[in-house]
Amino acid sequence: MTKTVILGTLTVAALAAGAAGAATLDDVKARGKLNCGVTTGLVGFAAPDANGKWDGFDVGICRAVAAAVLGDPTAVEFVPTTGKTRFTALSSGEIDVLARNTTWTFSRDTDLKFDFVGVNYYDGQGFMVPKALGVSSAKELDGATVCIQTGTTTELNLADYFRKNNMSYQPVPIETNAEAQQQYLNGACDVYTTDASGLAATRAAFEAPGDHVVLPEIISKEPLGPLVRHGDNDWGDIVRWTFYALVAAEEYGITSANIEELAAGTDNPEVNRILGTEDNLGAMLGLEPTWAKAAIAAGGNYGELFEKNIGENTPIGLSRGLNAQWTDGGLMYSPPFR
Amino acid sequence: MSDTHQQSIGYVRDSMIPESEPPLGEAGAIKWMRANLFSSIANGFLTLAALTALYFLISGFLPWIVNGVWDAPSIRECREILDGKVGGCFAVLTERWNQLLFGFKYPSDIYWRPALAFLLLFVAIAPVLFSKVFPKQILIFTALYPFIAYFLIWGGSILIPIFALLGLIVGYLVYSRFVAQSFAAGFFGGIAAALAFWWITGFIAVDGVLAIEAVPSRDMGGFMLNMLLGTVCVSLSIPFGIALALGRQSDMPIIKWICILFIEFIRGVPLITLLFVASVVLAYFLPPGTNFDLILRVIIMITMFASAYIAEVIRGGLAALPNGQYEAGDSLGLDYAQKMRLIILPQALKISIPGIVNVSVGLFKDTTLVSVISMFDLVGMIRGPILASTEWNGVYWELLGFAALLFFVVCYGISQYSQWLERQLQTDHK
Repeated sequence: MTKTVILGTLTVAALAAGAAGAATLDDVKARGKLNCGVTTGLVGFAAPDANGKWDGFDVGICRAVAAAVLGDPTAVEFVPTTGKTRFTALSSGEIDVLARNTTWTFSRDTDLKFDFVGVNYYDGQGFMVPKALGVSSAKELDGATVCIQTGTTTELNLADYFRKNNMSYQPVPIETNAEAQQQYLNGACDVYTTDASGLAATRAAFEAPGDHVVLPEIISKEPLGPLVRHGDNDWGDIVRWTFYALVAAEEYGITSANIEELAAGTDNPEVNRILGTEDNLGAMLGLEPTWAKAAIAAGGNYGELFEKNIGENTPIGLSRGLNAQWTDGGLMYSPPFR
Repeated sequence: MSDTHQQSIGYVRDSMIPESEPPLGEAGAIKWMRANLFSSIANGFLTLAALTALYFLISGFLPWIVNGVWDAPSIRECREILDGKVGGCFAVLTERWNQLLFGFKYPSDIYWRPALAFLLLFVAIAPVLFSKVFPKQILIFTALYPFIAYFLIWGGSILIPIFALLGLIVGYLVYSRFVAQSFAAGFFGGIAAALAFWWITGFIAVDGVLAIEAVPSRDMGGFMLNMLLGTVCVSLSIPFGIALALGRQSDMPIIKWICILFIEFIRGVPLITLLFVASVVLAYFLPPGTNFDLILRVIIMITMFASAYIAEVIRGGLAALPNGQYEAGDSLGLDYAQKMRLIILPQALKISIPGIVNVSVGLFKDTTLVSVISMFDLVGMIRGPILASTEWNGVYWELLGFAALLFFVVCYGISQYSQWLERQLQTDHK
C-alpha cells in the first residue's frame, strides 16, 4: 500500500515535472520573473553587494536572459545554490537556468540530463608560486609541496600532469579556498593549484599580490557555462542565442553606449538582424524583435561584462586569454545570426 | 608554647608581646606569589611559561584591536590606511553589519520589526525563565508572543496569525469540553477542531487586510535566522521530546515502538542529511510550483532532530527516579496524566536540565549548518556573499571573530541561566 502511494507520488511528480519542463518560456512569462541559479558567492562571478543587489559575470548572463525574455534586466529572482544543491535545483524546476561557473563535462550533459548552452568562461587549472621561489614554469616544480583541494578534479589533473612530466610532488590536502590561502601564505606549501580564475581572485586578496605569480601553464580544460534542463529545446535555444548575442555584439562592436544609435539602422545587415531592425529573428524564438537589443543593453556585450567584473582593471585582473574573440586569437566564436 | 612564657614572672603571663609584622616572605604579594605561582620549581617554570605565552598573545592581539580600521570601503583601502602596521579591518563589520544580522535581502527600512520581535522575546520568556520574579499575568503575553513575532518578522495580513491563534483556542475549547470524559477524545477532538477551523478560514481571502509589508522566507538571513531557528526549534522540541520520552516508556506496544523507531532513526542520521532531505529531496516529491516554505521545512527537520535527543535526555531523568515515586503516585489514586504531571515530570525534568541545556546550546550552534543548503545564516552570509565580494575577499578573522562573539554571548548566557536554575530548584539537603 505504502509502496503504491510512493510510486504514485513519484509518477505524478515526474509527469508534472515533465509538463513544467515543456514550456519554461510560458512559465517564466506567466511568473514575470526569471529564476536564475547562481553561486552563494564567488569573487567576480556572482555576489550581492552591500545593498543586496547581485553583481558579477555570471549574474550578467541571468540579467541578459531576463531582459531578452521579459524586457527587464531586473526581473530576476536569484536563487543561490551550493555545489551540492545546484543540479537538483535545476532538475526539480526550482530554477530555469543555472549560471554558476559549472564545468561542462560529458556526464553532466548526458547522465544528469542537462543541456549546456555555451561556454561563457574558458577556465583551466593553473599554479601560483611565490616570486621568491624563482620559478618561471610549471616544468620546474619537481619535488615541490603543493596545496590541493581534496576530492576535486584538480587533484587528479595534478597527479596526471606530474606523472606525465616525470616529476614528483608532495601534496598538502586542504578543504576550502580560504584554508588554502592561509596555508599557502604561511609557507606550508610552495605551490597552490586550482582553477586559474580562482588563483587570480585569491591572489587579489593577498596583502602583497605582487610577490606571487601565476605560472603560464594551464594543465586542464574547465569550460564554464550556463545550463538548462534537457527536454525543453525552445528554452535552451533562447538562453543559447541570448548568450551568443552578447558574444556577437562584441565582435560587431555593439556596446551598451552605442546600441541606441546602431538600433536606428546600420549598413551591416548582421548588426541589423541582431538588433531586430531587419528580419524578425525574435519571432523564431517566440520573443520580441528587440530581444537581443534588450539583452545587450542590460549589462553590455560579452567584452564589457568581462571587463567590468573580472577584467584587468578590476582587483581580480584576469586577462582575456582564451576568452578573447576568435578574431583576437581567443575561443569566443558566435555562430552567424541569419 | 613554652617560650612565650619566658619573660613572665611566675607561671602566668600577664602582658602581651606587641604584634610584630610577619616576615617579609610570609606576607602580602610575595607570600601570595610564593604560594600560588612559585610553590615549587616546576610550578615556577610553568608560571614563567604562562606569562610569556600571555605576553605574546596580548602583544599580538592588542595592536590588532587598537590599530583596527573601522571606516574604509574595501580591504585594499584598509591596508593602505594601516600602511604595514598590524591591525584588524573592522570596517567590514561597520559596512555589512546589517547583512550579518538580518541577511542581504531583508528590506532595510523595516529592520525595526525583527529587532522589536527580538526585544519582545525577552519579555515573553522572562516569566517562563524567572517564574518567581515576574507576575504570572505576563504568561498571557508569552502565549501570544509566537503570533506577534510571526506578524512582525514575516509581515502580511494580521488575519493570518489571528486565525492561527483562534484555531488553537477552538481546539483548546473542544479539548477542555471532552477531556473530562476521556483524554483521547479531548486530545484528538481538539486537534480535529483546530484543523477544521484552519481549513475553513483557509478559504477567506486575507491578502491585504490590515497588512504590513510582507517578507518572504527566502529573504530571511543573518544572525536573525540563527536566532529564529534556534528559538523556535528549542521551544518546540521540548514538548515533543517529553511526549517521545513518555511514549518510549509506555506499556502500549504500538506507541512504544513508534517512539523507539523515530528516536533511533533520527539519532542514527546526521543533521546535515536531514537538512539535505528538507531542501533537495522534498523538491522532487512535491509537484513543481508548490512552494512549501523552505524555513518551515528546515524548522520541521531540526525540531525532529532535537526532540529525539531531548527525548533521550528526559528518558534518562525518568529512569533516574526511584520506582517508589511511581508507586506513590499510583497509591494516591492518580491517573496516568495526573501522576506524570504532578509527581514524575517535575522531578525528572529537574534532573534533565543540564542535559536539555546541553542539547539546546548544541542545537543553537548547529543552526549554522543551514548554510550548506544555501540559506544565508550568519556563517552562510560570511562564507558566501561577504567573502565573495571583491571589496572584502580576504577578511577572515574579523568576520568569523564577530560570529564567534555573537554565538558565545548567547550560549554562555544560556549555560549561566541553567546553572542558576539548578541552584533554584535544589530541594535536597546538603
